[in-house]
Amino acid sequence: MAAVGASFGAIAIASGLPVWAVVAMSSVLYAGGAQFMAVGLIAAGSPFAAIFAGLLINARHLPFGLALGDTLGARWRDKLLGSHFMTDEATAFALAQPEGAARRRAFWLAGIVLFLAWNAGTLLGVLLGGTAGDPAVLGLDAAFPAGLLALLMPALRDPRTRTVAAAGAAIAVLATPVLPAGLPVLLALGGLAVLLVPRRRKEQPC
Amino acid sequence: MLIAVILALAVGTYAFRLAGVVLRDRLDLPERLRTLLPVSAAVLLAALAATAALTEAGRFAGVARPAGVLVGAVLAWRRAPFVVVVLAAAGTAAVLRLLGVE
Repeated sequence: MAAVGASFGAIAIASGLPVWAVVAMSSVLYAGGAQFMAVGLIAAGSPFAAIFAGLLINARHLPFGLALGDTLGARWRDKLLGSHFMTDEATAFALAQPEGAARRRAFWLAGIVLFLAWNAGTLLGVLLGGTAGDPAVLGLDAAFPAGLLALLMPALRDPRTRTVAAAGAAIAVLATPVLPAGLPVLLALGGLAVLLVPRRRKEQPC
Repeated sequence: MLIAVILALAVGTYAFRLAGVVLRDRLDLPERLRTLLPVSAAVLLAALAATAALTEAGRFAGVARPAGVLVGAVLAWRRAPFVVVVLAAAGTAAVLRLLGVE
């Protein structure tokens, strides 16, 4: 997690974002996928697409919250604070424990440790990115998509998700020369149409 | 502008997170939507990765960058650690450029 945060920090700085924005993203937004999306689309000059795509990506937290529920704690203070620590990893770690005190401990432990690791990693990346030279000479432009793919890999191991993602990626790449920046990525949602094609029904959680 | 984008994303994301926790008993999300949300997130990020790997300012990004990303993708598929994936992708692109391959 710290390593992912570090590459986020370095890549965000290399793409021209100021230090405060990178640090703010990791602490107050705290959502890896949306942060990478924001860096990519802000650099491309399309802030509205960055917001729209980022929120669509993070809508998946809604069912996480439904599944976790009182795991965060019965008190409002716990719900308000714990919600900020909710990530794919913390949720998965907590739900792997039996319901009750063990699950609650697991959520808070994972939530806080991951939050600290992500932010410490970001700071390290910001420092490294600031001292590095020309991003192109260092190949940082290749690190960005490769890191994204590594993040996505657990989801892409599901064949259905992989097909949809491939279709969406193809749409986005083909649309890039003809549409303004930001739109091709949103257009990729058209890849979801693949799901309408009837096939053997085997729903897999991812 | 930048601060508005970050705040909008932060507030919206926090709202999604808190809403699920608070609405636990009062919201019954259709099964179809439940499976659709993570897939939408994956397709958006895959599209970002693909366009960032292959295009630069609306045009083809050249050879070095896609080659680096390909090396990284293969490593990620073979479950290499994150740091290895990122460094191998960057290293491949950097070495290709050093050799004059753009």
